[in-house]
Formats: sequence, C-alpha cells, structure tokens
Amino acid sequence: MDQGPGTVSGGGFISLSENEQRCYSDLYTLCQADSSEKLAASKVRELFRASQLPADTLHQVTELCGAKRLGYFGTGQFYVALKLLAAAQSGFPVRLESIKSEMPLPRFVGMKNDAEVLRYPNHSQNTESQGHQLGKPPMTIARPSLDRNSLKRTESLGDKQEPRSPPPSPLRSPPNSPSSLSYQDKPLSYCYRKQWNSTEHLTASCESKHPSRPLLQQQVSSPSNYGSKSSLAHSSVTQALSVERRAEGSADNHDDPWRITEEQRDYYTMQFKSLQPDLSSLISGSVAKNFFTKSKLSIPELSHIWELSDVDCDGALTLPEFCAAFHLIVARKNGYSLPEKLPQTLQPAFLQIDAVSPKTKRDGVFLGSYSELVPSCQEREPAHSEQWEAINELPTTREPLIVFEDESGTAPQEINTVESTHPPLSDKSTPKQEPRIDSCMSAFSPKRNPSFKDTSAEHTPLENTPAAKTDPPPELEHQVKSRTRQRSYSSTSIDDAMKKVEEPPTPPPRPQKTHSRASSLDLNTIFQQSSQGFKGGWLPPPALPPRPLAAQIPHFVSNTETPSQQKPVRKLNFADFSKFSEEEENAAKNEVQGQLGKAAGSSEESSPLKKDILPAQPPLKPIRRKYRPESQNLDSQEPTLPLPPPSSSSAPGTKPHPPLQKQSSRQKRAIQTAIRKNKEANAVLARLNSELQQQFKEAHLDRIALEAQLDQLRPVSYL
Amino acid sequence: MAVCIAVIAKENYPLYIRSIPTENELKFHYTVHTSLDVVEEKISAVGKALVDQRELYLGLLYPTEDYKVYGYVTNSKVKFVIVVDSSNTALRDNEIRSMFRKLHNSYTDVMCNPFYNPGDPIQSKAFDNMVSAMMVQVC
Repeated sequence: MDQGPGTVSGGGFISLSENEQRCYSDLYTLCQADSSEKLAASKVRELFRASQLPADTLHQVTELCGAKRLGYFGTGQFYVALKLLAAAQSGFPVRLESIKSEMPLPRFVGMKNDAEVLRYPNHSQNTESQGHQLGKPPMTIARPSLDRNSLKRTESLGDKQEPRSPPPSPLRSPPNSPSSLSYQDKPLSYCYRKQWNSTEHLTASCESKHPSRPLLQQQVSSPSNYGSKSSLAHSSVTQALSVERRAEGSADNHDDPWRITEEQRDYYTMQFKSLQPDLSSLISGSVAKNFFTKSKLSIPELSHIWELSDVDCDGALTLPEFCAAFHLIVARKNGYSLPEKLPQTLQPAFLQIDAVSPKTKRDGVFLGSYSELVPSCQEREPAHSEQWEAINELPTTREPLIVFEDESGTAPQEINTVESTHPPLSDKSTPKQEPRIDSCMSAFSPKRNPSFKDTSAEHTPLENTPAAKTDPPPELEHQVKSRTRQRSYSSTSIDDAMKKVEEPPTPPPRPQKTHSRASSLDLNTIFQQSSQGFKGGWLPPPALPPRPLAAQIPHFVSNTETPSQQKPVRKLNFADFSKFSEEEENAAKNEVQGQLGKAAGSSEESSPLKKDILPAQPPLKPIRRKYRPESQNLDSQEPTLPLPPPSSSSAPGTKPHPPLQKQSSRQKRAIQTAIRKNKEANAVLARLNSELQQQFKEAHLDRIALEAQLDQLRPVSYL
Repeated sequence: MAVCIAVIAKENYPLYIRSIPTENELKFHYTVHTSLDVVEEKISAVGKALVDQRELYLGLLYPTEDYKVYGYVTNSKVKFVIVVDSSNTALRDNEIRSMFRKLHNSYTDVMCNPFYNPGDPIQSKAFDNMVSAMMVQVC
C-alpha cells in the first residue's frame, strides 16, 4: 500500500502532512476490500457519508479525485478525496486548488479519542446509537495495544487470512441493542489489535444500522499511528472479519456480554496452549501475569480480574479460569466495567461443561506457527514479542524450582554438570528420560510442564516430547537432563538416576575396596590405571624381572648391614647396577628401586628400613620372595657388603641410576598426578556432598515450616 | 463485631486498615500502632528455635475502657489486629479466632494473586467484602 504522499492522477502532486498521511493511510486500509489497490466502494461511500457533507458535495469530491473517471478509488484518489472532504468541511470550495494548502483532517462524525484524534469533534451525543458510545472506550484502551500484540498476532494469525469479501451482506443482523453491538465488539476485539478493532467495528457497523456508522468511522480514524503494520493489519483485518463472521453465526447469545462464544473459546484455548501445552493442567500465576500484563490494563484491574477468575484461589489458572479471565479482559478493553462478582456464564463449572475441543485444523495451524516461533524463542531472540520472552523466562524460573522441589534431583543435576562432557552420560540421560517421562506424564504440574514445553522446542504437542527427548542432539542434552531432572519425583527414578550418574565418578573409590593400606594405595591405583582392569589387590605382573631388583635390594641391605666395607661394595654396586640398567623394565620395580634407593640414601639404618620397605610394598611380594634367595646368594657371594656412605653409594649409583631414577621419578610423577587427580575428585565430591546436604537441610526446614503453618491454618476446635 | 481491622506488614507498616466509625479513624490508627509493641513483645517472647511452635493467635493484646485489641501474627510476620468494642461482651475467644482465621484465609487469597506484590496495600475487593462482613455486624 502506498503510504507516501498521494499522487493524484488528475490533480498533480499533493503533499500531505504527517498526520494526514497517517490518518489517510489508516482510512485507506480500512476501506481496503482486498489486496488490490481498489477500495471498496461501499466503504468509501460510508466514510464519505460519515463526513456529514451533503450528497452533492460528496459527488463533487468523488468526481474531482478522479475516482469517477477510473471507476474505483485508488490510493491517490482516496487521499485526494479525503483532503477534499476536509476542505469541504472547513468551508472551502471543493476544488483541487483548495487542497493544495494545508488542511485540517477531514472530520468524520463520531470521531473522538486520543490526542491525535482530538481533531475530530465529539459527536457522541448525537443521534448515533448507543453502540457508538460503547465503541469509544475500546478505542482509547485498544490504541496502546498495537505494538504489543501485533507481532504476536501476526505470526500466529498470519496464516488465517481469508479473503475479505464484501462484509455487509452476510453480516446483517437485526439486534440493535447496545449490548448486541458491544457484544459484536467484544468477540472481535479479542485480537487486541487496534486495526482489528477498527475493522471489526467497521464490519459491525456495516451490518447494524446506519447510526452506528459513526462508530465505524471513529474506529477507522483511530489507528492513526498505523505505521508499518499495515500489512499486518490487513491480514489481521481479514482474519478478524472472518472471525467476526463466524462469531456472528452463533446468534443466540447476543444479549449476554459475559457469554463466551465458540470462537472466543477456541481463541482462548489456543492462547492457553501457547502458554501451557497441556490443556488439563494449570498456568502458573507468574506466567499468566506476564501474559495478561500485555493487555495493558492497569494492575489493579488485572488484579481484580484475577480475583474474579481464580475461583479456587490457588494462584494458577485452569483452562476455564483462563478463559474467564481472558474474557473479562476483553470485556474490560471493550469498555465494560468489571463486575463485582463473576458472572454465572464465566464460572469455571459452567465453562467446563461447555468445553469444546479445539478444532484440529486450527490447532495444526497454530501449532505449526507456534513451532516455527519456538525455535526462535529458544534462541532467545529479543526481537520477538514478549510472549516468547515469557517462555524464555521459564528456564530461569526452573532453576529455583529444581532447588526447591527436588533436592535429590539436584544431585544428578550437579553431577551432570560436573561431568557434562562425559560421553557415557549422554547414553545415560536417554534411559533416564523414560522413567522421567512416565513420572512427568502422570504427575503433571504447572511448573514442570511449561519448562517441559519450553525445552522441547521443536515438538509442540506433548505426545511428541518423549520422542523428542530421546532424539536430542548433544547440545540439548543438558536441557534434557535438566528437564528430566526436574521431573524425577518418583524415588525409583531418582535412585536409577543416582546410580547411573554415580557410575562415572566411582572409579576413585574402587581402589579403596581393594586396599586399605595408604601407602600401597598409590601403587595400586597406578597399577590399575596402567593395566586398566585391575580389580582387587593386584600384585604387579609377575613379568617383572625380579632379579635386578633383588640384586639391588640385597646389595643395599647388605650395604647397610655391613657398613664397614665400602669399596668392594662400590664395585659391586657398579656391577650390580650395570645389571640393573640393562634389565630395567618394570616401572613399578624401578619405583621400588627408587624408593629403596631413597630409603637407603636417606638413612644408614637399613634393617629397619628394610623391614619398612618390605612390609610397605606388599605388591612386591614376588620381588621379595626372589629377593631372599637372591640376597642369600648375594650374601653368600659377598660376605661383606660394606655399606658405603649414602653419598658414596648414591654417587656411584647416580651414574647407572639416572635412567632408573628417571623412570622412578617418572613413576613418582605419575603417582603424584594420580594422587592429585584423586584428591581433586575427592574434593569435588566432598563439596558436592556438602552442598547437597545443605540443600537438603534447607528443604527440610522449609518443609517443617510449611507443616507448622499448615497445622496452624487447620481449623482448630477450640472452646 | 469488629470496630477496626488492620493488616500490618512485616516491616510494621499497614497494608490495610479499616474502621467502622469513620470519623474517629485516627484514634484507631493510633491504637493499632500502639498495639504493635505488644505484638512484638509477644512474638519475641518465644525463642527463635521455637518459631514454628509459636501460636499464631496472640489473644487479647491489651484492653482499654472502650475496646479490646486482639492480635494475630502469621509465620511471615504479617500481623492482623482486630479492635473490638468493649461493650460487646458476647464476643467469645473462639469467635475472635474464627475472625482471624477468615482474615488469614483472605490474606492468602490476596497473596495468591500474581498481580499483587507483597508489600503493596491490599486493594482486593474480595478482601474488602470479607472485612466488611466482619465489621458490619457491629452496627
């Protein structure tokens, strides 16, 4: 639609002020019958008549603007016509020349509302019908709602365009009472769209009597800050029209503004679904609050509406309650004052009886559009309307829920976060989902389900979510886990989760089962790490050639035993060490050697050392065993093994030893890193444990407090 | 039955206060304010560890020649104060308790409303109606 300054085929270029431009474009859209440039002649005629100009003036205007020639009203013609009307109303002669100058906006009877629209005189008290007045407040209220819902409505309703066939004919309806008019207003305005409102009023007035046309006109004029929403408006307009036509189909409830029509009910249900996919579940208070705040009603009014609609006062809305609340909001926006008591037709019991399952086709349509949008919601695009932001907020609200509701459930969560990159966990999460799905399905709650819907982004119907959960890509794994975690209320699933989750972290404790001795533990873990599969107190592989070690050991031992003779020992050491250097194979052995070397080097009391070393190294049993015969041999070979001073023994020993010592140091380092890792893992688990304990304590305290309150609140028989 | 009913927030400012003889409202405001001291005294009498076992109904806070003041405190330290005319001797303790219970229930209903921010003055019509029902009987 061309919103620029109107170009007139007959009169050259005319300039429009910004206000005029806006107003004219609004009027243009309202008169637009279809997507073509032509305007519905009937609408234009009505508009002109509303300007309260004499008929011949109107004819003149039509002639001048070029529509007569063309046979239809295009954009340019329409703008010119409007300007001519303005001129005529201000008393200027209807000439093309007159419109060249700045002109006040054309006045259409019945205009009012809004600072911008103040130009339009208020003819409310005129002959126009009472419905006229009813139209007024909605305009003031409806105006600010443009931006809020335009985006929201566009996506969901964009696909509902229907050709806007000439509305007047099918929409004729007899009732003239104000309630009937307002009733027509109400169902139509539930789109929260100004343009929609205006269209609806347009059509509504079309079908009602002429006096209501001013109603139409005022609606037409009001959306002057149309802006770029024209296309959206168009689609919404068509949709609204179709809706309105359908609404008018049910002709039995005209007299009761508090009665919800099928159309409205379906719409409310659709909205409910967008907030909460499970129709039999509840919408929590905060979600509903965000949603209803978008209606731009004042907080006290919304508070009152909530009071009326939440009959069970549980802070959440069931579907009938939600419909009632929505309906009240719609009514309020249309100018009805809120009742003091919930009308009977809005009672949940009443609404529940009336419950009709939403049409599947529309469901499909809405869900389709919804699913398109939800991925964007998942990506947290702020460009989308606040409705999606409400959904976006759900993940954040989930976190405290996790802490509060399911303290044991947080254990898998935290363990999961610790090991989130752990590959086996992804496998575990999928089997976890099954028990979770079951528990979730059976025990629905509003808190769980919104997050449920939220995280299962690609699959809107609830039934698909199990499938969705089993197919999540790894990046959703965490969400899946958190979601399923939240559901794990049943103890069995928690236990399963805990067991499954705990499997990865358990390796550290395993060695403990096998060994109670602290010093040997390190060796044990090293052995196990190296061999990857050791269970229990494994002795080092018998493949360790014990001989060199044994040779070394007796050497050391005999050294310590016979400190006097040094030189021969040194030589012997040399000799022995050479053997060692050739035969060094096993890291453990080297480590033992290293330890022995250290032990020997550290002190000269070898016998206690020997005893310490040997008992401290049970894994070296075969070595020891071999050591003994070796030592015996060695002893026999060399009766005296002077114990070289530690320095001397270590000095000659250092040369042949470096390779051995390197290995032993490497081994030491390996052990140390293993120790460190284990310590870290221990620390992490200990921290986890303490945190969980803390949470458990807190939850327990909360529980006690709540129980106490509950007791207090229970009626006390007191006399 | 009640002459004045007040709901005091945890921070000791009134969330809701209404009295029947509207011309002398200030007097009732003052009475309620002074009764807060008594309330504080009563709730601090019980040790911190026994907070759960503390009775919510505080009973008669203090009598004057004209009226009696009853108190009730919730676990979230929201206080209800009812001022009753002394001449109304037919009022029994359990009736006062039931009034407080009704007040408490209505208050929780107000809290359930997501549009109500804790700490705001209570503007709920349902709450007003309930309070009026309790006060109207004074005549």
